Amino acid sequence: MLVVQPVLELVRALPAILGIAIIGSGSGRGGQWALAAAVLFAAIGTLRWLTTTYRITPEQVQLRRGLLRRQVLSVSRDRVRTVDVTASPLHRVVGLARVQVGTGHAGRSKDQSLTLDGLGAADAARLRGDLLHRAAASGLEAPEAPAAAAPERELARLDPAWIRFGPFTLSGVAALALALALAARLASETDVDPEDFGTLRDLVDHLTGIPTAAAVAEVAAALLVVVVLASTGGYVLSYWGFRLTRHEGGTLHVRRGLLTTRAVSIEERRLRGVEVTDTPLLRTAGGARCTAIATGLRRGEGAARGGSLLLPPAPRAEAERVAGLVLGDPAPATAPLAPHGPAARQRRYTRALGSVAIVAAALLAADLLGGWPAWPWIAALALAPVAALLAADRYRSLGHALVGPWLVVRSGSLRRRRAILATDGVIGWNVRRSFFQRRLGLATLTATTAAGRQRYPALDVDEAEALRLARAATPGLLDPFLAEDAPRR
Amino acid sequence: MLCAVTDAAPTDDAPAAAALRPPRHRVSPRAVRYWTLRAALGWLVVIAAQAVWLGVAPADATLQAIALAATVVVAVAHAIGMPRWRYRIHRWEAAPEALYTQVGWFDQERRIAPMSRIQTVDTERGPLEQLLGLATVTVTTASAAGPLRIAGLDRETADALVHDLTLAARVGGDDAT
Repeated sequence: MLVVQPVLELVRALPAILGIAIIGSGSGRGGQWALAAAVLFAAIGTLRWLTTTYRITPEQVQLRRGLLRRQVLSVSRDRVRTVDVTASPLHRVVGLARVQVGTGHAGRSKDQSLTLDGLGAADAARLRGDLLHRAAASGLEAPEAPAAAAPERELARLDPAWIRFGPFTLSGVAALALALALAARLASETDVDPEDFGTLRDLVDHLTGIPTAAAVAEVAAALLVVVVLASTGGYVLSYWGFRLTRHEGGTLHVRRGLLTTRAVSIEERRLRGVEVTDTPLLRTAGGARCTAIATGLRRGEGAARGGSLLLPPAPRAEAERVAGLVLGDPAPATAPLAPHGPAARQRRYTRALGSVAIVAAALLAADLLGGWPAWPWIAALALAPVAALLAADRYRSLGHALVGPWLVVRSGSLRRRRAILATDGVIGWNVRRSFFQRRLGLATLTATTAAGRQRYPALDVDEAEALRLARAATPGLLDPFLAEDAPRR
Repeated sequence: MLCAVTDAAPTDDAPAAAALRPPRHRVSPRAVRYWTLRAALGWLVVIAAQAVWLGVAPADATLQAIALAATVVVAVAHAIGMPRWRYRIHRWEAAPEALYTQVGWFDQERRIAPMSRIQTVDTERGPLEQLLGLATVTVTTASAAGPLRIAGLDRETADALVHDLTLAARVGGDDAT
């Protein structure tokens, strides 16, 4: 089965081979160049397959690879935090999958992660169950019945109606920008003049022929349609078949993907909380998404990126329900939060309008002294109402609460997050007071943790309230540092 | 400076135990000299660059001279004011349960980490610190957000603190996450 690996590599290298053929076509021998490249890639693929072996011992997962530079990667099995199974369309055609074993301390370098590519899909699934549940059993609970037999309980599954949130994610903007950049690059690399294409030329002629305002409106409308389509498509591609299940062995499983399927497992003993996030667009549509706060799942770490997703953009009530199910307590996701008061509101406005004022003043100075045109500072001033709206929304987002054993903090506008963190997971406090915060009697109280974003701040809380919150969340920790009963110095 | 004074007891009129007091111990008084030297060296680079520009290729001599004078004034004010202000703020305290630090000058930050969550204790001595017999102790926890740094300790205090912290950190059983 694994012999198909070189073939997969070859298919994956197809764009490069095509590129070589196109570049080589200048010399009139593009076909020969492409053939040589194909042989080379196939040889590399075969070599990689021949020299890569893995083995699973009761204590370790070992991966040996490399021909000239032999490398042995060993991961102790009780250090395994996450096991991701990914299958691209290519993998799926031939029934293979890629298993990535995460330890949570894997460095930035790609070499460090332990990836077993080209396993049979069934083997991959079994390996995942094996690695995770053995690890869990060796942890706290006594070994129980074989984990494979343990039942799974479904917490959430994709409702096709949720695809309506696709356009509100704007994921299509990135895809569109990428496609445009790629097209521009291709056009300049291959010396193709866009004017050569009839339809494109007609389009340009049409746009230059009508009034500017109409042209701008048409282009904007076209872009909007493309972004909406691309975002919806992206949503379907990423989240089709989404299922969140809880395994009795103590893990949460997420499966998703239309073409490339992903299966991610999160050990519940690593779970420190959940985050419910939304954006202004998602909020207008009444949607939100839900992610896990877990140790060993750092953001932006290769394939582990997005590994903490618990629910794709979905109705807000659903996100709150899933958060409640994952935490085992519905209260923290919906409990009302304490507002941060007028001083915090004043600071939001000062910061938003102040930065606009500074930029406008600098541009005005450039106009008066440096001979710049006048429109930049006028444009900057015109941004003031937007800044004020943003400030108002940022204030509305601010909130904090302690709900049972959960610390809840919320902030942000363009990306609003309600973070629900287990107080057990709090491993320290940072109390920051800037010069201006001290004048207003405010402090930013940050709970530090080993999970997720590492820091969960409550912005601009009243000093006494910050202390009350921290004392209630971690009883006794702050007591040695409190002012004495007679705090006179 | 004003702020440092008002900072000492911001909520004295609040009910008892409603305020966090500053940590008990100050850092070594030699730290003032250390911060002054460090600030002066940093400013010297800027001033030297400006002076060279003025001397070699003046574009607008008067404007550049004014800028240079302004830089010197700011540099002197910073190098004299900042270390003294900072010395009033920088404090630390190691209780049996937790480590507590306070740093900063214009912006100030207090950090508290339970002893049981301490993972590493580092001591650092840069060239300037060696000259003045000082050390910086950095204590990390499993969170990337909260290393506690105590700069400007004299060496004996730093060694004793590191010894105590290492002992305290060893007591914790699990991996402190």
